[in-house]
Amino acid sequence: MQHLRNFSIIAHIDHGKSTLADRLIQYAGLVNERQFRDQILDNMDIERERGITIKSQTVVLSYTSRAGEAFSLNLIDTPGHVDFSYEVSRALASCEGVLLLIDASQGVQAQTIANLYAAMEHDLTIIPVINKIDLPSADIDGVKEQIEHDLGLDSEQAVLCSAKEGIGIEEILEAIVHRLPAPSGNAAKPLSALIFDAHYDPFRGTVVSCRVFDGVLRPGDVIRLMSTGAAHKVEEVGVFRLAREPRREIAAGSVGYVIAGIKTVADISIGDTITLDTNPVASPLPGFKEIKPVVFSSLYPISSDDYPSLADALEKYKLNDAALVYQKDSSAALGQGFRCGFLGLLHLEIVQERLEREFNQAIIMTVPSVQYRFSLADGATVTVENPQYYPDPVFIRSSAEPFIKATIIIPERHLGVVMKLCLERRGVNPRITYPTPARVEIQFDMPLAEVVFDFYDRLKTVTQGYGSFDYELSEYRESDLVKLDILVNGEKVDALSLIVHRERAREWGVQVCDRLKEEIPRHNFKIAIQGAIGGKIISRSTISPFRKDVTAKCYGGDITRKRKLLEKQKRGKKRMKMVGSVMIPQSAFVSVLKARDE
Amino acid sequence: MNSGEPAGLYLHVPFCRSKCHYCDFYSVASRAAVPAWLQAIKREVRQYREAWPVFDSLYLGGGTPTILGEAELATLMTCLRRDFTFHPNSEMTIEANPDDLSRPTLQTLRELGLNRISLGVQSLDDHDLAYLGRKHSAGQALRALELIHSVGWPQVGVDLMYGIEGQTLAAWKRTLDRVLSFRPEHLSCYQLTLAPGTPLGKRQADGRVRAIGERWEAAFFIFTSRYLERYGYRHYEISNFARSRETMCRHNRKYWRHVPYLGLGPSAHSFRAGRRWWNVRSITRYCQLLAADQAPVEASETLTHEQLSLEALALGFRTSRGVALALAGNHPGGSRTIAMLQQSRLATVHHDRLQPTRRGFLVADSLPLMFSR
Repeated sequence: MQHLRNFSIIAHIDHGKSTLADRLIQYAGLVNERQFRDQILDNMDIERERGITIKSQTVVLSYTSRAGEAFSLNLIDTPGHVDFSYEVSRALASCEGVLLLIDASQGVQAQTIANLYAAMEHDLTIIPVINKIDLPSADIDGVKEQIEHDLGLDSEQAVLCSAKEGIGIEEILEAIVHRLPAPSGNAAKPLSALIFDAHYDPFRGTVVSCRVFDGVLRPGDVIRLMSTGAAHKVEEVGVFRLAREPRREIAAGSVGYVIAGIKTVADISIGDTITLDTNPVASPLPGFKEIKPVVFSSLYPISSDDYPSLADALEKYKLNDAALVYQKDSSAALGQGFRCGFLGLLHLEIVQERLEREFNQAIIMTVPSVQYRFSLADGATVTVENPQYYPDPVFIRSSAEPFIKATIIIPERHLGVVMKLCLERRGVNPRITYPTPARVEIQFDMPLAEVVFDFYDRLKTVTQGYGSFDYELSEYRESDLVKLDILVNGEKVDALSLIVHRERAREWGVQVCDRLKEEIPRHNFKIAIQGAIGGKIISRSTISPFRKDVTAKCYGGDITRKRKLLEKQKRGKKRMKMVGSVMIPQSAFVSVLKARDE
Repeated sequence: MNSGEPAGLYLHVPFCRSKCHYCDFYSVASRAAVPAWLQAIKREVRQYREAWPVFDSLYLGGGTPTILGEAELATLMTCLRRDFTFHPNSEMTIEANPDDLSRPTLQTLRELGLNRISLGVQSLDDHDLAYLGRKHSAGQALRALELIHSVGWPQVGVDLMYGIEGQTLAAWKRTLDRVLSFRPEHLSCYQLTLAPGTPLGKRQADGRVRAIGERWEAAFFIFTSRYLERYGYRHYEISNFARSRETMCRHNRKYWRHVPYLGLGPSAHSFRAGRRWWNVRSITRYCQLLAADQAPVEASETLTHEQLSLEALALGFRTSRGVALALAGNHPGGSRTIAMLQQSRLATVHHDRLQPTRRGFLVADSLPLMFSR
């Protein structure tokens, strides 16, 4: 156990976490140059493209220190987005220490601080690492000052590196070996292991990643998942190198995987404790909670014939993503579909993209919603996350929506535009601090609904990419909520309905009408698009009809060609949604979700 | 399908003196292959004589049928009459170019039994004619009209074009007025189409010529329709006008109602009993295949019920006759769509048929898919 270290790398997005992980793996000799692909740990296409880690991965590195001692270093990779903060916290709970990675030119950002707090909560040893020191814009002294002032860490302890150029890698490994504590734990005690990740293998079922705190885990053991009490027989245990490597056992202090005939990832919970069925530990490890979705949206197949195929795809997808919840939903405009709950907007986008790419589904997503609460005249309180179930306004006594505490860090010169943005998004109670000269930290209480759409994109735009953002859910606050409906030629497109704050309804209504006007092609009749609250029209736009669509000649030799053209158009029409006689392309539904031009 | 009505016979004469700039029909600007083609036609006629015994319309189209000499035309007609039977009151049309016509030619054509002449005037404005690549002048076209008038044909049709870049509505009206003074039984007024592959299409791609745009196209169309109806013409198809029910082009109407037709000659299309086939688009190949006693057919298709319905909708909405309500209403939501079309004045319901209005004609290509799953 003395030659074991468990650690994570935590960083703000784009500060080079994956590159550093790759370099460490390379240094440990797990891959040779030829096998090396950048960002080995991020193995999903989307992760690679977006440069973010969604599913965390674990890998054990062999390292012989300068003093000649051989170590096993468990690198526990963590997801890099606020949507997945619970997964991050469970990964951190499995470590003794972290590398806190900071970009030498960008300095400390919102997520750097959020990550540091999370690491401190778990009482982890922190090694600050300043990355990208090779960049011309690197400001090492400035970053050191931020480490002292913003983070309260000893900047003399910071390790300098350039993961990209391979500078400082050995120094980092030496720091891990010497400064991080070895794990403690007792192999003789009853088994207690923390589940911090799981993924689905089509041949073996769920592969559970866990940290063993006490006891030993061996094939043949019958384990019990403490939150559900479910028992499973262990088929295989082992560690992750780049692939799974089976071991005879994983013992206290180690990180590894368990395969135990668990069918889907939904059968386990991240944060749950594994113990032995015959000799259970008295109490589970602390910190377990059910993860609850905060953003909701409905998924519909573009062609209603594809509903069974979408149902199948969701079921398969869910095998590998326990955080997604869904149930059947139906819409007059879009037919049968699914109401889905997500951890956040990024999670929603990832699900959408993976369904489209990996499962070949053509889908329409409805406007995301948060969970609203309504107190009714009869004293009941209802929770509504689907505008279809908005209560009859006559009976609503009061309504409330979830608020967040938003933390934004920006260069001081952007203070004005960011304040304006936050106030537009109904931010209240601003708290401004200046952690270091020229940098501002702003905290706002904001409705979650206002950041769900495009807040982060807007923030990036108005700060030219320098704004960083983090949030945590706080509480429900009373709010004047209305339901906005969108009508196309008098027919309600229920998939575009939205619960929204009364003061924001008009702006949203105008925007949706304009967007749809751009996206719906002209028809041979006039199309009126309206936004309405109850019976009151608050916005409208009109698509004028096309005046001519006819070929001059159609004789014996033209008929086949004409029919083939129509057949082609007919196939295109299958990808449109019919609302009355109006064909609405998928892009129209998508455009409504896009960032607004303010 | 109207299989009870007698079939129509089309014969494609794929020769021209020169190619017009807008034309995408198959033809070559040379007479060299005429004798071989004529031999091949005779063989093709023999291939079909048993299966297609009776017709009540003949249409000699092209190309330019009047490029053929009197003797060649006589040979052709003799061959057709020998192997096929035509009803006594058949409609027998020949397409003619103004620069080919003389009094003797016109008389010969009559003697050969042709009773309908379709004259390719296109415009009575020399600028337009040059733009279109026509080889005759407005004056020649007028003289041809006078000549036809004086010889006396049972049915005269005139082909015109509008929507030409630089053409004003007033100029178009002048062309119409002068043509109308001859009181032709039939008028075909085509919106100029800049078809890809034609000289005008290529010039459009280069940016040297432009389409006149949707607004003007609509204006020309509506004007033409209103104006000719005021002169007593029925606007019975997108581009076709007739002075009476009887003078609508019997042959062309067969195309639009799935009545069987046989097409002879290179690139000609035929249709019967849900099957359509078309000949090779090459005079050389056509002659070779027939010399070897093979069918000069390029390909064929057998239409499914669904395809026939789609065609029936597409063709129906191009004619004032419209489509049967049964066909349109069949579609789920069909009755709602019908109501909407009536409300937006694109169609009316009349005698169990859904009939496009003038504005409906203008968007006829968008109507079929409103009734098709």
